[in-house]
Amino acid sequence: MTEAARSTIDQTEVDRFSAMAAEWWDPTGKFKPLHKFNPVRLTYIRDRVCENFGRDPRSHLPLSGLRFLDIGCGGGLLSEPIARMGATVVGADPSEKNIGIASTHAAETGTSVDYRAVTAEQLAEAGETFDVVLNMEVVEHVADVDFFMTTCAKMVRPGGLMFVATINRTLKAGALAIFAAENILRWLPRGTHQYEKLVRPEELEKPLSTSGMQIIHRTGVFFNPLQDRWNLSPDMDVNYMLLAKRQG
Amino acid sequence: MLDMLVVGGGYVGLAAAVAVKQAAPHLNVEVIEAAPSGVWEKDERASAIIAAATRMLEVFGLWSEIAPDAQPINRMIVTDSRTSDPVRPVFLTFDGEVEEGRPFAHMVPNVAMVRALRGAAERLGIVIRHGLSATAFKTESTRCTVSLSDGSTVETKLLVACDGVRSKLRDMAGIRTVTWDYGQSGIVTTVAHERPHEGLAEEHFLPSGPFAILPLTNNRSSLVWTERSGEAERLVASDDLVFEEELQRRFGHKLGELQVVGGRRAFPLGLTLARAFVAPRLALAGDAAHGIHPISGQGLNLGFKDVAALAETVVEADRLGLDIGALNVLERYQSWRRFDTFRMGVTTDVLNRLFSNDITPIRIARDFGLGIVDRMPQLKNFFIDQAAGKTGESGPKLLAGQAI
Repeated sequence: MTEAARSTIDQTEVDRFSAMAAEWWDPTGKFKPLHKFNPVRLTYIRDRVCENFGRDPRSHLPLSGLRFLDIGCGGGLLSEPIARMGATVVGADPSEKNIGIASTHAAETGTSVDYRAVTAEQLAEAGETFDVVLNMEVVEHVADVDFFMTTCAKMVRPGGLMFVATINRTLKAGALAIFAAENILRWLPRGTHQYEKLVRPEELEKPLSTSGMQIIHRTGVFFNPLQDRWNLSPDMDVNYMLLAKRQG
Repeated sequence: MLDMLVVGGGYVGLAAAVAVKQAAPHLNVEVIEAAPSGVWEKDERASAIIAAATRMLEVFGLWSEIAPDAQPINRMIVTDSRTSDPVRPVFLTFDGEVEEGRPFAHMVPNVAMVRALRGAAERLGIVIRHGLSATAFKTESTRCTVSLSDGSTVETKLLVACDGVRSKLRDMAGIRTVTWDYGQSGIVTTVAHERPHEGLAEEHFLPSGPFAILPLTNNRSSLVWTERSGEAERLVASDDLVFEEELQRRFGHKLGELQVVGGRRAFPLGLTLARAFVAPRLALAGDAAHGIHPISGQGLNLGFKDVAALAETVVEADRLGLDIGALNVLERYQSWRRFDTFRMGVTTDVLNRLFSNDITPIRIARDFGLGIVDRMPQLKNFFIDQAAGKTGESGPKLLAGQAI
């Protein structure tokens, strides 16, 4: 395959999420697991960004003046809160329908987000750069992880950060994040994740390192059924997040 | 559009508004109160405030203002006796302090607390509108539209119901309650007495229900006197001589001559627990979520614990850019408070049922039980830990005296 013909979009994945798009913002609907997951990942992003850029996470609008890219933004579950914390946000998603839903919702809440129905490679080609690039729950759905990581890394400014959150390809993840979540707990529609598309941390770290990014933090994320909430955990076997920095 | 509309301007509603606004001054917070302005100054009741709630008032910067009117409870005794018993054996004593220099509770006149909270609300720029109530509300995906009694409407992200045990908002939201009417009323009045109380609180379990003597400043005590409902109304309506005679019979003579100062009122007692504390864009706090028996003086304290948990939930969600009225955000508040409330509701319910009777075998059993309680630190410590704000898991920051 030539470089020009390579794409990070897997069409069947895009179609499946578009069909569910209208339910993005219902905290009790199909995207309930993502709503539940939101506080832990938002806290992680806010606190790490504040640490990197010398901000106080308890202040009002702690992310103001920073330009974020939320790649695979879906209905805007992450883009909107990030914008409300003061950041300038570009929310990118290949699905026109998702962008429509996200824009409609942002208008209703009076939140300013620059939503665009574009791919990561289109943004990179246009020469867009960001202080923070968010790759949250996306890499397990893309067609070419190496190329996707390299493309996103290009857009991180010197001194800037990239967050990646995904599910590990381990037997434990196959049992919990796919089998249990889709068949027993029914948190996710069946077929949301395929085991062979899951990504191991080293498969992300390699292309990031070759793109000049340094991995500065790794953490697992685990669901505590007693508290009914997600917490950070040292166990990266199932859900995990990586933080990479381009040295300034 | 408002960020938070609080319905009910009593101490719970005011504290909720102050707690949120102090930690997040950019949020637009308003309070509406059904009573006309000035009515709050006529409240003659006093409330027991546990140490944890005192710490929250310290974070608000209000305790130094309230302290001159606050009477520390240095010791508390519990007795079980027939009204006519000349000597009431003491079965349970609580001594003192949760930490050096901090008594486990204070008695504070409601007026002093409300005055301080209103002052804080004003300094923080919280608008309090009087003579207004909510007549209806409609929840949409990003906001809630509330119709007010003056015909106007107001939009808010979050509606907080602090409108008391007969909460209209709770009914409008279709949240059902578990209720139990004890067939008892609590007569509340204040007495002045000859000799000093030395900060001693007494609870006498009389056959008709608990009779509590709670120390106030200036040689006065606040009484919560439980009687069967018809009897309570009869006593409140009786002439002063009869009332004081009946009072003295229960109060005893060890504080010398008694004089009733201020009015006397009877409040029906019941247990009301809301089946849910939250709905989309709605949170219940204080008596709207739980009206419990005053047997252990925990009503206000449960309300203040609600405030601390709700404010922290709201402020933390706002600091993450989340929608403060979204059900999944509010569910954290509910899971934080519901277990604790249920436990306290059941504890007070069982205590009241156990003690409000004169059946000899039960008397013997409970007296034996209370004697054991006094010798078993872990059971007694339940109430002491509640007072100190220790609830087992990590509690709200405000109750530990930390800013959100």
